[in-house]
Amino acid sequence: MGKSLKANLGTILGCALILIWCLLPVAWIISLSFKSQEAVRVGSPGFFPSSGGGAGWSNYSDVLQDGQFRQAIFNSIGISLIATLLSVVIATLAAYAIARLEFKGKKFVLTTALVIAMFPVVSLVGPLFDMWRAFGIYDTWLGLIIPYMSFTLPLAIWTLSAFFREIPWEMEQAAQVDGATSWQAFRKVIVPLAAPGVFTAAILTFFFAWNDFVFGISLTSTERARPIPAALSFFVGDDPFNRPSSLLAAGAVVATVPIVVLVLFFQRKIVAGLTAGAVKG
Amino acid sequence: MTTYVQTAVDPAEDTRPPDSDRSRAENSLARKLVAPALVLMLLVTAFPMLRALYLSLFNYSLTDPDAREFVGLANYATALSDWLFWKTTLNTVGIMIITVAVELVIGFAFAMVMHKVIFARGVIRTSILIPYGVITVVSGFAWQFAFSNTNGFVNSWLPFTPDDFNWFGQYWSSMLAIMASEIWKTTPFMSLLLLAGLAQVSEDMLEAAKVDGATWWQRLFKVILPNMRAAIMVAVLFRALDAYRIFDNIFVMTAGANGTESISFLTYRQVIEQFQLGIGSALSVLLFLSVLVVAFVIVKLFRVNLADARQES
Repeated sequence: MGKSLKANLGTILGCALILIWCLLPVAWIISLSFKSQEAVRVGSPGFFPSSGGGAGWSNYSDVLQDGQFRQAIFNSIGISLIATLLSVVIATLAAYAIARLEFKGKKFVLTTALVIAMFPVVSLVGPLFDMWRAFGIYDTWLGLIIPYMSFTLPLAIWTLSAFFREIPWEMEQAAQVDGATSWQAFRKVIVPLAAPGVFTAAILTFFFAWNDFVFGISLTSTERARPIPAALSFFVGDDPFNRPSSLLAAGAVVATVPIVVLVLFFQRKIVAGLTAGAVKG
Repeated sequence: MTTYVQTAVDPAEDTRPPDSDRSRAENSLARKLVAPALVLMLLVTAFPMLRALYLSLFNYSLTDPDAREFVGLANYATALSDWLFWKTTLNTVGIMIITVAVELVIGFAFAMVMHKVIFARGVIRTSILIPYGVITVVSGFAWQFAFSNTNGFVNSWLPFTPDDFNWFGQYWSSMLAIMASEIWKTTPFMSLLLLAGLAQVSEDMLEAAKVDGATWWQRLFKVILPNMRAAIMVAVLFRALDAYRIFDNIFVMTAGANGTESISFLTYRQVIEQFQLGIGSALSVLLFLSVLVVAFVIVKLFRVNLADARQES
């Protein structure tokens, strides 16, 4: 009895530690985003806004009224969505082939994907910078969509092929035996089974694209295509020598909230996706 | 993910005769389905990499493109004989080893807790994904502001630092702050992979060990950890290679000040800020090669362990 109480206490303490670990920096940046810029300028150490140093929502309204910031959010949403959509479609085709068909070169495809997932992104920035300028797609949406696609493909291919392997493909034949055409069998039986996997891959892919920084700062030069992480890092405000940290914190919160909500909403799928490729088999 | 790759090419599965019509049709269909993904992946990696290899043989600056001239391996000689290259490599390796080691320990502890916990399981699993979801740049900012001596809270919370201690004033404390943000952000990923591995350790075996009178530590080191080798290997390999590419945090937090540059940062600075495509390409190639070396070392290291484990059982 005493022992199980001790074990329970340990687990509860562990849970508390995990929660603090995960939430503290987030709570901190939210707290900072409510400090007034004046308070930050004179220096206001401490976790919470000191009395009289609060700013209410003014940092948020300032950030949202900033044209560059709004453009960056728009760029990020557009570029990430398009890259995700295209990448998932292409990865689905490849993953279907890998999970379902026997063919020569399967190992080559999987090895290529593995190598690319480990690729040091920065080592491609130089040549891509040079090539994109030559092709005229430097500082455009397309110039970011292409690298995002190819760098999210390995993740999407793994996740999807791991999911597809779990699908009982015999059901397709069973439906055909029952009189369905092969297209009907595929659409009515396989597509609903595959949909959750495809969706998971899409979320993970979107994540990657939204999070990217290296391509974002090196393949763009103006607000035309600059995504939000890059825009945040170049955000200087009125006084270039004093970074407006509370304003920046508000911007960071605005850029992070949608993605965190996405995470919370689809946590089961994300955990399944992150671990599917890694340990199943 | 490595385990997955192995099973995917399991030759035992290929039971059909290799030259039947059906297998030929399958081959051609599969090739059509795989082609777009393969072409796209190679277009953005293999082709630029070959171009980097080519450009690295030139003295080529974008500010003076007409002066481009072939210099052979001179760029490599310059990079490899420069202390800065070795310093950034050392930084990168140091960050990789320390962060992965710390993450492995904390991540495992988190995984153990998450494995045990029954109540509030959803809440814990959801919150563990928050750091994973936060943009790396934002995490860098959050930690930079937290360590700031004018607006942060770390100094007032830590008992052993004076309130005006400037974390970004010297090398070691800057590196510590950078590693803190890296560890915070990626430990959850580690713990999720380890949790999945933990789920595969058989409860019967643990129960048997318990009955035999094994202590908690004995069970951990003799039963749980050996049975999780594959999961640990995958987690370490992926995290280590990821840590070796560290860039975002450093860019945001110190911009390379006080000698905190990583090898990725040095490469970026040469190419994008200084437009030195020749030497920058040489650095790109060296970065790529060093990642291969790191991957090779880790895989080799763990393979030895796996072989040992097999001999023991």
